[in-house]
Amino acid sequence: MTLNDAPVPASLIEPAPGPLIEARAISRSYGRTPALREASVSVRPKEILAIMGPSGSGKSTLLHCLAGIFTPDAGEVWFDGRRLDTLKDAERSELRRTAFGFVFQFGQLVPELTAADNVALPLLLGRVRRRQAYRRALSWLERLELGELRDRRTGELSGGQAQRVAIARALVMEPKIIFADEPTGALDSLTGEKVMDLLVGQARQEGATVIVVTHDARVAASADREVVVRDGRVTDPYAIGVSR
Amino acid sequence: MSVPLALLGLLDREPSYGYDLKRDYDTYFGRGKPLPFGQVYATLGRLARDGKVSAGQSEPGAGPDRKRYAITPRGRQEVEAWLAEPVAAEPYLQTVLFTKVVLALMLGHDAAGYLDAQRATHMRRMRELAEIRRGGELVDMLLADHGMFHLEADLRWIDATSARLTALAETVRPA
Repeated sequence: MTLNDAPVPASLIEPAPGPLIEARAISRSYGRTPALREASVSVRPKEILAIMGPSGSGKSTLLHCLAGIFTPDAGEVWFDGRRLDTLKDAERSELRRTAFGFVFQFGQLVPELTAADNVALPLLLGRVRRRQAYRRALSWLERLELGELRDRRTGELSGGQAQRVAIARALVMEPKIIFADEPTGALDSLTGEKVMDLLVGQARQEGATVIVVTHDARVAASADREVVVRDGRVTDPYAIGVSR
Repeated sequence: MSVPLALLGLLDREPSYGYDLKRDYDTYFGRGKPLPFGQVYATLGRLARDGKVSAGQSEPGAGPDRKRYAITPRGRQEVEAWLAEPVAAEPYLQTVLFTKVVLALMLGHDAAGYLDAQRATHMRRMRELAEIRRGGELVDMLLADHGMFHLEADLRWIDATSARLTALAETVRPA
């Protein structure tokens, strides 16, 4: 392969299946300030989608609505053939716990617990037996090159190490979708690239869909496709006649 | 890329044959654009004529030319001067991107749509380079990095310009 002869990602040449998750003309305001205005986006199974846009454009709000953390004021969110935004809170929480994984910029790990505890935690909350939960957690820590840090408190880890623990924690439940909000925002560029490569690489191996919010074009380049949110609206540049 | 200076630089390591020089050039600098043999020998001929390399006697062996080339003191001086001289930091003030945006606004065309399309084209290339970076050797990675950082700079400019299109339109459209 040469610089002028890069492969076309498989997701671009295989026939497109129906969407796994979809926002249909959703709107959401904070008080009188609109954050999303009839935003629509759909994501195919196993697709890696980057949501880009300037600060305050509504990209994180879109991610939170897709993930069922926020409910839109208008419009619909569909996941795997089910309407997500009209589910009861308990049903939505259950879906988030079992089918969705989350990686945020920081703050999702319990700093007083070890890396292994943090990764095992969602399994323990899901009533997986302790021994099995830790076996699965340790297997994921190994995959993310963190085996030696299993007994370290996450509050003592570097930013890059902590994000890799967060990725292990997101993947341990074998989610259908991973939602990542600026997952490399607090890291230097080389560490950020490694974290992003691990996230995308492991998600592809597991067949998981990833939706990542980022303002960083290098992070977005790890995705199969990107959409841009501007003033609460989603622009898909490929829908306006750019050949892929 | 200055092919004569790159070949001179390779010869500054050690004397070499035309065939080996081409192979080394293609390995390090020729990504996707290998140097034709004809250009290698024509360049070496000019460098010999100008006293920057010396050519040994023809030797029997594989390849079209088995002359061994060595750099001369004059050639070495030229390489040293070239390596010490910074590349001009071009201001890029007359880019095609900028010209297209201004003309689109002047003519009442869809400048925002053009910027979105340009952004998507840049992102597609970023993805290609990211793929090369993931699977490549260190030389490929660093070359891909160079391309990605430049594309990233363009993308920042595209974003900044997208956010200021209304103000730019007022500036360039006749009152």
